[in-house]
Amino acid sequence: MVQVMEDVRVEKHSAAALIDRTTGIQAEDVHAWFDKLHALRGISMTIAERQVTAIIGPSGCGKSTFLRCLNRMHELVPGARASGRVLVDGGDIYSPNVDPVEVRRRVGMVFQKPNPFPTMSIYDNVAAGLKLAGERNRKTLDQVVEQSLHAAALWEEVKDRLQKPGTSLSGGQQQRLCIARALAVSPEVLLMDEPASALDPASTLRIEELARELAKDITIVIVTHNMQQAARVSVETGFFLDGELIEFGSTNDIFTRPKERRTEDYITGRFG
Amino acid sequence: MSFLCTVAVLAPLFLILAFLARTGLGALNWDFFTKIPGAAGEAGGGMANAIAGTVVLIGLAGLLGVPLGVLGGLYMAEYPNARLTTLARFTADVMNGVPSIVMGLFAYVLVVLPLRHFSALSGGVALGVMLVPTVMRTTEEIVRLVPQSFREASLALGIPQWKTILRVVVPTAAAGIVTGIMVGMARIAGETAPLLFTAFGNRFWNWNIMQPIAALPLQIFSYAISPFDDWHRQAWAGALVLVAIVLLVNIAARAAAARQVKLR
Repeated sequence: MVQVMEDVRVEKHSAAALIDRTTGIQAEDVHAWFDKLHALRGISMTIAERQVTAIIGPSGCGKSTFLRCLNRMHELVPGARASGRVLVDGGDIYSPNVDPVEVRRRVGMVFQKPNPFPTMSIYDNVAAGLKLAGERNRKTLDQVVEQSLHAAALWEEVKDRLQKPGTSLSGGQQQRLCIARALAVSPEVLLMDEPASALDPASTLRIEELARELAKDITIVIVTHNMQQAARVSVETGFFLDGELIEFGSTNDIFTRPKERRTEDYITGRFG
Repeated sequence: MSFLCTVAVLAPLFLILAFLARTGLGALNWDFFTKIPGAAGEAGGGMANAIAGTVVLIGLAGLLGVPLGVLGGLYMAEYPNARLTTLARFTADVMNGVPSIVMGLFAYVLVVLPLRHFSALSGGVALGVMLVPTVMRTTEEIVRLVPQSFREASLALGIPQWKTILRVVVPTAAAGIVTGIMVGMARIAGETAPLLFTAFGNRFWNWNIMQPIAALPLQIFSYAISPFDDWHRQAWAGALVLVAIVLLVNIAARAAAARQVKLR
C-alpha cells in the first residue's frame, strides 16, 4: 500500500513519462555575432546530462546569446549569425544537413517573460507543440497535457479549468505553463533563459524547485543574473564576461573558491 | 475652446445626418427594399436590386482584396526589412492616394475591354483593388504589434515559421485584421466613380457577375440627376440606406476590435 502511494507521488512530479531520452551538450569554439558585434568569442563547454547547469554573468556578457546558440534561436534575430560546433547527443546541430526546426523541437526553451499564447486555453497552450505538428488523437493529447502539467507542478492548480485562457493564470503559474508547454514535445534538453526574473520571490522558489526536480529526467541549462539562484539550483556553473567563458566548474567551487580573479570580483559583488 | 472646436467639427456631420434622415425616411417604405425601379417618370418602385448589387460588389471586392491585402500585410509585417516590403508599403500608400475614378479606369482596361462589356466582375475588381492597400496596411500594423515573444515561443517548440505565422501570429491579431477588413469595406461601399464604367448599373435584377449590375451609389447618382420628383425622393432614401449600411459595418468593426487580444 505504501509502495502504491509512493508511486503515485513520484508519477505526479516527474517528467519521466514524457522524456524518453536526454543528453548532454558539447559546445566547441562557439562564436556569435549581431551584425558586426562579436557577442560570443569562442565558447567551449561541456554540459552534463541530467543536472542543472547555470550560466551567470553581468548584463550583456553573452549568456543569453550562448543559450540561444544551443537551439539555433540566435540566428532568428535579423543580422545574427553563429559559428562553431554544438553537439547534442553527439551530432552537430550546426551541420548543414540539420533542420533548425527539428533542433528546436529537441532542445526546448523557456523564456524570461512568461509568454503563453494569448488566444489559447491552458489545455491548448500545452498541446500547441503537438497539435501544430499534426497530432490529432484526442487521447494522446489529453494524456500528454496531463503529464506535462504534472511535470511542471501545475496540474493540481489548473485541472478544473483547462479550458480557461492561459493568460488568466498568475505570472508564476504562466511560467510553469510555459514549462509544461516546452516539456510536452518531449525535448532532450531544456533551456531556461532567466525564467524567474519577472516573478515574485515565492514563484521564483517554485521554479527553482521545479528545475531541480526536472533535472532528474532532463538536462537543464539555466541562464540567470541572480547568483543566489545559480547557487541554489545548479550543480555546475559557468561564468561569462564580455562574450567569453571565464570559468566553468562545480557550483560549489565557483562560489567558494573561484580560480579566476574576475569570477571572484563578480560573485563578491564588486561589479555587475 | 476645445469644446467649441468639437462642436464645430461635429455640427456639419450631424446636420447632414439629420437632413438625410428627415428627407430619406419620408421615401423609405417596404417597396423600396423589395421592388426594382419602375419605368422612367412613374412613381413607385424601389432599389432592391441596387442594395443587392452593392452587397454583391462588396463581396466580389472582398474575394479579391481580402486575401491579397491580408497576405501582403502579413508579408510586410514578418519581413520588415525585405526590399519587397519597402516597395509594397510605398505602393500601398500611393494606391491609397490614387483618385477612385482611376481605379475604375484600371478595371475598365483590365476587365471591361477584354470582355467587351460592363460587368459586376469589373466593378468588383475596381473596388477590390481599392480595398487592398487599406487591408494591407491595417494588417501590417496589427501583426507588427504581436510581440516577438509569441513567435519565439512557437519556434522554440519546433514549429516551422509558416505555421507559426498562420497558427499563432494570425489568431493573435485576428480581430484587428477583421476590423481592418470591415473598415476597408465600409469605405468602398459608398464609392461611385469606380463603378461608372465597370459595374455600370442595371435597372433590373442581375445575379450574373459577367453582366452589368446595379449599385446603390450609382442608383442614387442617376436618380438624383433625373427630372422626376419621386426619383429625387428615392435618391435620398438610397443615400440614407447607404449611410446606414456603412454605419452598421463600422459598428461591427468596432465590435470586432473590442475582441482583439490586448497587445500593448
